[in-house]
Amino acid sequence: MSAATNVCIIGIGIHPFGRTDGVSGLDQGAYAVRAALADAGVGWGDVQFAYGGSDAAGNPDTMVDRLGLTGVQFINVKNGCATGGSALFSAQMAIRSGEFELGLAVGFDKHPRGAFNAMPAEYNLPEWYGAAGYMVTTQFFAAKIMRYMHLHGISRRTLGLVAQKAFANGVHAPHAWRREEVALDTILDAPMVSDPFTKYMFCSPGEGGVALLLASERKARELGIRPIHLAAATMRTRPAHSFEVFAPSIDIGGGVNTATRLASAAAFEKAGIGPDEIDVAQLQDTEAGAEIMHMAENGFCADGDQEQWIAQGRTRIDGALPVNTDGGCLACGEPIGASGLRQVYENVVQLRGAGGGRQVPGTPRTAYSHVYGAPGVSAVTILHT
Amino acid sequence: MPDAPLHLMGGRHRQSGRITFPHPGDGFDTVALPSRGTLWSYTVQRFRPKSPPYAGPEIFEPWALAYVELPGAVIVEARLVEVEFDAIRIGMALELTKVALDPAASAPVWLPAFRPATEDGQ
Repeated sequence: MSAATNVCIIGIGIHPFGRTDGVSGLDQGAYAVRAALADAGVGWGDVQFAYGGSDAAGNPDTMVDRLGLTGVQFINVKNGCATGGSALFSAQMAIRSGEFELGLAVGFDKHPRGAFNAMPAEYNLPEWYGAAGYMVTTQFFAAKIMRYMHLHGISRRTLGLVAQKAFANGVHAPHAWRREEVALDTILDAPMVSDPFTKYMFCSPGEGGVALLLASERKARELGIRPIHLAAATMRTRPAHSFEVFAPSIDIGGGVNTATRLASAAAFEKAGIGPDEIDVAQLQDTEAGAEIMHMAENGFCADGDQEQWIAQGRTRIDGALPVNTDGGCLACGEPIGASGLRQVYENVVQLRGAGGGRQVPGTPRTAYSHVYGAPGVSAVTILHT
Repeated sequence: MPDAPLHLMGGRHRQSGRITFPHPGDGFDTVALPSRGTLWSYTVQRFRPKSPPYAGPEIFEPWALAYVELPGAVIVEARLVEVEFDAIRIGMALELTKVALDPAASAPVWLPAFRPATEDGQ
């Protein structure tokens, strides 16, 4: 790698997550782009290419109407929950190849209220599967953690502690949707949505936009920007015998190998560091169980260690491995196209030391992000200062 | 007329031997799956899924959803019936039955379901 092809993040922008009535998803994306440009001190005319993703809020490339008709190369990405991660992966490849030196990854979304509403035909499933009431993502997450808790001795209280931490962290993140602490008893005693999860243990589909400006290391230095290095960006699909959302059947002995394990191993190999060298991590937490399982799937601990880790507060902001420092999906909600980029945004904030009340102490130097989604896709990034 | 014994029909991949449910179509042989197994995992659906695609009754009663390991074959997703939610345990022995999507319908749509296994399997 050379200064011409090493990739850095030079600007970040976010439109607050949650519900913003009267502002389209696309405009939330454009807002984030303007913020990222201002953050880096460059103009829209300097942007050579863009990769944009949205699951449900329109074609990202139409954003040029708002930002300027410069003729910029703008490619749309659609990859389920890995949309943002895939946009970022594509953007860094464009720079790594030597083709470009400054470009954009942007993601936004605006989902209707309530649970996601997938149709069986979109997943090659028969109509009866939907009629039976099985096209419900929450069922999968609940069944996956129920099995995991049984195998590895994870208690429901630990699920509650994960949610409690998320809301406590969200208080200090201006871009978060849920910004009030919730007591552990309130979380545990709330109405059950899908056993073992109560309503406080699931994130909600929401709205938001995130933009990241990428540049070659050479370009960043030319602009006088202290770069945050993108050491690795990987995206993988599911291996054989995995257990994914909308699975009418699973192979016996299955459910152990995951897209996450593949993406994570590849990212660590590419970055040349191990999990014990990561200072802060954002792990997909669409519900409280996901964060627990993803701690192990991403190589940070062994299956079952989470019970003790969380009891000891090791994933809190002042712990050995702070996880989801802005409250993750639980506190920010999940606009699919923006979610994975929010994690990277938060990591850049942390590496810059700009986290305010949620800042990880002791000058973190490495940061990890992980996103997972249907039908078994995962994207990982590793940043370092 | 007694009902014929129930069986779920899966597909066995001609090259790899991997069994999946439901039968995926071309390239798979049809196999009758075992009608007894053990509970691999479960949850309880506590809110009414969105329609479409859900076609159950308007008035919603929570139901349990199971993944059932059928020995030597595959783990299948199905309803879990005839057991209190609080009494559900991973590993419990189950047998195949069926449940109406809408019990009040005159011509109900039947769904595969499992219930706690009876001693003799009848």
